[in-house]
Amino acid sequence: MALLKVDGLVKHFVAERSLFGRALAHVKAVDAVSFSLDAGKTLALVGESGCGKSTVSRLVLRLIEPDAGTIHFEGRDLLSLDAGALRAFRREAQIIFQDPYASLNPRMTVGQILTEPLALHNLVPPARRRERVEEILRLVGLEPRLARRYPHEFSGGQRQRIAIARALAVEPKLIICDEPVSALDVSIRSQILNLLRELQDRLGLAYIFVSHDLAVVKHIADHVAVMNLGQIVETAAADALFAAPRHPYSRALMSAIPVPKPRAKRSRIVLQGEIPSALNPPPGCRFHTRCPYVVDRCRSEMPQLMPDGIGHATACHRTSELPSSEAIVPTDGGFSPVLEKLVAAFSGGPEAVRGSGVSSSGTNPA
Amino acid sequence: MNPSPLIEISDLRIRFHDDDGRLTYAVDGVDLSVAHGATLGLVGESGCGKSVTSLAIMGLLPKQSADISGAIRFDGFDLLKTSDQTLRDLRGNRLAMIFQEPMTSLNPSFTIGDQIVETILRHRGGSRRSARERAIDLLRRVHIPSPERRIDEYPHKLSGGMRQRVMIAMALACDPRLLIADEPTTALDVTLQAQILELMRELKAASGAAIILITHDLGVVAEVCDEVAVMYAGEIVERAPVDELFSAPQHPYTVGLLGSIPRLDHRAEQLATIEGMVPNMMQPPAGCRFAARCPFVLDACTKAPPRLVEISPGHLSRCIRAPLERLVS
Repeated sequence: MALLKVDGLVKHFVAERSLFGRALAHVKAVDAVSFSLDAGKTLALVGESGCGKSTVSRLVLRLIEPDAGTIHFEGRDLLSLDAGALRAFRREAQIIFQDPYASLNPRMTVGQILTEPLALHNLVPPARRRERVEEILRLVGLEPRLARRYPHEFSGGQRQRIAIARALAVEPKLIICDEPVSALDVSIRSQILNLLRELQDRLGLAYIFVSHDLAVVKHIADHVAVMNLGQIVETAAADALFAAPRHPYSRALMSAIPVPKPRAKRSRIVLQGEIPSALNPPPGCRFHTRCPYVVDRCRSEMPQLMPDGIGHATACHRTSELPSSEAIVPTDGGFSPVLEKLVAAFSGGPEAVRGSGVSSSGTNPA
Repeated sequence: MNPSPLIEISDLRIRFHDDDGRLTYAVDGVDLSVAHGATLGLVGESGCGKSVTSLAIMGLLPKQSADISGAIRFDGFDLLKTSDQTLRDLRGNRLAMIFQEPMTSLNPSFTIGDQIVETILRHRGGSRRSARERAIDLLRRVHIPSPERRIDEYPHKLSGGMRQRVMIAMALACDPRLLIADEPTTALDVTLQAQILELMRELKAASGAAIILITHDLGVVAEVCDEVAVMYAGEIVERAPVDELFSAPQHPYTVGLLGSIPRLDHRAEQLATIEGMVPNMMQPPAGCRFAARCPFVLDACTKAPPRLVEISPGHLSRCIRAPLERLVS
């Protein structure tokens, strides 16, 4: 059984009201979104700003209420939970945000921040709470003595570790990571990505990973759902999707990934035109205004997400007629052999290098 | 390389003092030059001094709190010694800059047309009508659809990618010789990022302007730059032609940066990480500033500051262990 199963989720926000409060215009933020997620796995939601990926993640936690659809968590219908049951559910599903500066209370010490969920859910008797806080801090790679400090005393990466620690405090099964590394520097980003991986392996966590950075998604996700204007247009195993994206929108996204390799082989698809407003999405396929493969049918008839029977589903009328997409995703060709060795030596720490350093200093005592 | 580079920065030092008189060494002895028509990538993480360097070029650092020394030679001027009047004449004219967040650099209470026209009239003079025609033409060049109509819109009516294109149009208004782009695509989605990068390449080919591209995204650097300077803790630690930087980096920090990027071609279980933290720039370490985080460190590294040394033609590294190939062969 899937840990999380979402069916036909809909959320429309009222964008404009009349003088008497009647809704005049809706933003169709999420429109009939369905997916499922197994325990211990990572599903990435990708797409451009405003595609609804963050709204989906908040709906799943019932931080906002959907207009239609169902959400099942371990078989329980989340939308029918009363306040008490909802609070219990919140123990099992947590969220971490993009901006660790804004998501930690500046007036509380790290110890207090981490004790709060323990007390709230009464998970650990008061006498043992300090010990548990130290344990959680170690789990995310922070020293226990840091519990007495305030958030402003930490760097961005450390604050994100604290936010992760707070999510872990209640021993959840699912963590929603909403752009968790977008605000971090490259070297810090890799530390947090490694930490998320490690915690998943160790604790069997499932993640919903919301991101616009596709290289990061490729690194961390098992499954990917590509969203455009409130709808999932393609969903597949990460490897399959990055090997050969099918939907024209996924193709454009993937072809545009910048790769750290000068003159990388690529056939970039630069989309023309602007992203249509979710306030007034185009009829038919919502991508048709920017799609290089558009035909008349796309303008009038909305394509359904059609599974291919081996776990890859695409919402496009022309899936079967489109040219091969195998060369779409740019290749970075890997590192040069020298760089490969240098990176390995860099990660191996001082010991890995000093071995070879000794032999070179034998001839050239520097 | 080029006998007369377009811009030449020598021994640039920028210190900030706070109210208590404490000094932060933001930029410490930076030498850089950019040839006509070339694109230099200035790479590094938050606080390394890359943006401060660009603000110094533009003369935009606060005089009360920043001590600046060294020289920035551009077009026959030393930008650090010219009058404010001269700087104002250069900025927006031969020197232009694009910032990361287009919404905060456009004035919300004027139409985009007014803002572009103002720049043209300020530097070029002429009639308002001809300036407006030029503005429409610029908007067309940056691929804004129906520019005749868009020109009378206010910034809030435009999407993020469109605003960034307006910023670029404004920067190009007077055919700058040097364009400084500070994280021009960071706030944008990947599809828009692709559009803007494509646009920058197009414009470079058409106008022959030199570009200094400030970014932390090595993928973007690989795509548009000819040469790269990597900054760490206020210093340039490596400088190389773009191909060489990505194939045979000569500073351990660069190796760490390259190793920490998730790659599309293979799925590493673990990404490289750079342990530790950047040094406190109020008291920079005596030796190599990266020594405390460097797995290749030797005793000698912490004793004296390493110099930026040419390892191969055009490839410089501030590391006494370079060439690094020796460490792994």
